[in-house]
Amino acid sequence: MGPWPYLAAGWVLLVALYGMVTSRNLIHAIGCLAVAQSSTYLLLLSVGYRHDGTAPVFSDVKPGSRPLVDPVVQALALTDVVVGATVTALLLALTVQLRKRHGTVDPQALTGLKG
Amino acid sequence: MSARARLLLCLAAVAVIAVFFAVACTEMPAAGGDHHPYGDRAVAAALAHRTANTVSAVNFDLRAFDTLGEESILFGTVLGATLLLRLARDERRRPAPSEHVLPSTRLLGTALLPVALVVGVYVVAHGQLSPGGGFQGGVILATALHLGYIAADYRVLEKVRPLAVLDVADAIAAGAFVALGIAGLAAGGAFLKNTLPLGTFNQITSGGTVPLLNAAVGVEVGSGLIVLLAHFLDQAVEISAGDGADRPPRPHPDADHRTDRRADHRTDPQEEP
Repeated sequence: MGPWPYLAAGWVLLVALYGMVTSRNLIHAIGCLAVAQSSTYLLLLSVGYRHDGTAPVFSDVKPGSRPLVDPVVQALALTDVVVGATVTALLLALTVQLRKRHGTVDPQALTGLKG
Repeated sequence: MSARARLLLCLAAVAVIAVFFAVACTEMPAAGGDHHPYGDRAVAAALAHRTANTVSAVNFDLRAFDTLGEESILFGTVLGATLLLRLARDERRRPAPSEHVLPSTRLLGTALLPVALVVGVYVVAHGQLSPGGGFQGGVILATALHLGYIAADYRVLEKVRPLAVLDVADAIAAGAFVALGIAGLAAGGAFLKNTLPLGTFNQITSGGTVPLLNAAVGVEVGSGLIVLLAHFLDQAVEISAGDGADRPPRPHPDADHRTDRRADHRTDPQEEP
């Protein structure tokens, strides 16, 4: 397949960065951050992919009978999913408070510090 | 910085990242190749510890210490969200309105709730054998409970969701992971070392400490997610603003929560020049 899966992951990351920079709504920016994070899943899984490989689970596959995709990057992707979900949750909680205290979710409308 | 200058700066940075990343990608081993040294070693180590699901073996045996950090992040997030979304001094809580639900929705939700709970427990318990594990099963368990919200209303969800118990369960499960690590330290001389009898390959008791760590994480993720969602749902359904002076005016202060939510989507009048 060549380098195309890696390039696709990079493309998703850059699109998400563009979205974050141009965003006028914090909920939208958090969504872009989640997209940026999903590019790392794509990168990890394309690093671990193997042609004709099957899942590295031996409940119904005899060990050694078939090539397996890389289980290490799959475990890393699982960690990535959990961290991504927690970061999104905390940022959304902050946005809820921001909307309540400042009445806006537009990052550019937030000018001064306020207690 | 104006929006245009920021966009130009961003595009310049994006161009640099894109060029270097693309060059780096052409130097990487092509995707789909046969060279996976870490994967091969992880598979060998998982088979040596009689764990059929290699991904679980990596998470709860080879990299168990990293997983401790991961579930600590989750625990910290639940704490953080509880702190951020607590009832402020100038807010008040009103009971959730009872909602009308279609009979078919009620029937489907009621029928699916126990099924989803069983599936969640199954996925946690068989984490060392088949795809799944504590993280995935915990999410299914948390989702199952929220079928109560879909099948009935928020009042019913509050009845089936003992928040105080779940808070404690979350903390105990996070502590149990550390306790299992210390048990490994006492028995085998290393933190989180897999010291229990490994059992028979492809049986539910196989894998040593992997099923126990799976169960701890399953309880933590399930209870943590329910608590997390509870705080967000409370914000939408139950908590309403008091008479704070610096509060944006609510168009219909005594309207039901659907109108409230629509009011949240108002666009800000301030525009970039």
